[in-house]
Amino acid sequence: MYQSISTSMNRRKIFFQGIKDVLPLNIPVVLFGVFYAVLCIELGFSSHFAIATSLIIFAGGSQLIFITLFTAGAVPWVIFGSVIMNNSRNILYGAVFSRYIENKNGLWKLILSFFLTDQCFAVSNQYLKKNYNQKFSHYHMLGSGITVWIIWQLSNLVGIWLGNVVSDQLSLNFFVAITFLALIAKDLGKLDHFLVILLSAICSLIFYNLPLKAYVIVSATAGIILAYILNKKFKGIFK
Amino acid sequence: MNIWTYTITIGILTFLSRYLVTAYSNSKTYSETTKKVLSYVPSAVFPSLIFPAIFYKNSSLVLFSDEVLAFTVAMIVSIIFKNIFLTVISGISVYLLITFL
Repeated sequence: MYQSISTSMNRRKIFFQGIKDVLPLNIPVVLFGVFYAVLCIELGFSSHFAIATSLIIFAGGSQLIFITLFTAGAVPWVIFGSVIMNNSRNILYGAVFSRYIENKNGLWKLILSFFLTDQCFAVSNQYLKKNYNQKFSHYHMLGSGITVWIIWQLSNLVGIWLGNVVSDQLSLNFFVAITFLALIAKDLGKLDHFLVILLSAICSLIFYNLPLKAYVIVSATAGIILAYILNKKFKGIFK
Repeated sequence: MNIWTYTITIGILTFLSRYLVTAYSNSKTYSETTKKVLSYVPSAVFPSLIFPAIFYKNSSLVLFSDEVLAFTVAMIVSIIFKNIFLTVISGISVYLLITFL
């Protein structure tokens, strides 16, 4: 019995740690969620549509691409192609996470995959890297994932309720950028990571105007190739 | 194609991009190099979410702007304190201050 109480406390503790870790990253999620709902209404979609897309798709970037391209009259393959390119980084996240949850059953994999957003990946990757041998470490991902999901849905509701409260002067992308900057800051001090970050940054600026938002996966691939070369050819230097 | 077909198709595409590799790749077959290289995924992906958002405005590269200034402050704070919350707050505060003053 004591063991069962301690197990349940352990799960709860890890779950709440996930919530706590992901909270600072939700400032831009709130702003984006409000902005998305406002934009939906401004473009002539119903509030039901705004809520349904967030429930079904649950990916801010893909949702924005969808409604803006659809309104602009883009053909289906351009809409789907843009969404696929935008989502392609999830494949890299999945490759990293698969080792943390490989012993979990199919239901766990379904649930945790659904919650695999940038924010969830960012914080739970840091936790799982250190604690993946712990039996309930996946509860961290569950905590961070559910938190982002709830905040995204609530901020959509706020956007529908309040109407146009987000100033046109503000760049919402800026808020997202700042949170991700905080996440790579500690790696800037390591030469190998710094070189990968630098190359990915330069590529993203050079290839930003590629069609279908392909710059994300092009820059990420360039960074991964550099990481491979650094580890293969300069093994002794970067440990 | 009606809008709900689009919504459901995009929902499925998004879920599959998260699910397929997470659930079906066999990490036991990953070589040591692959495992090591995968540890660079945040460093390879996040800059592409950060830098265009700071340095692009209406599809044009901009080197001096409110965003760049606030980003520089946040960058300095993040390097010194290595704290997510402080970085986010400092970047956003400076940005709002410059934008609305």
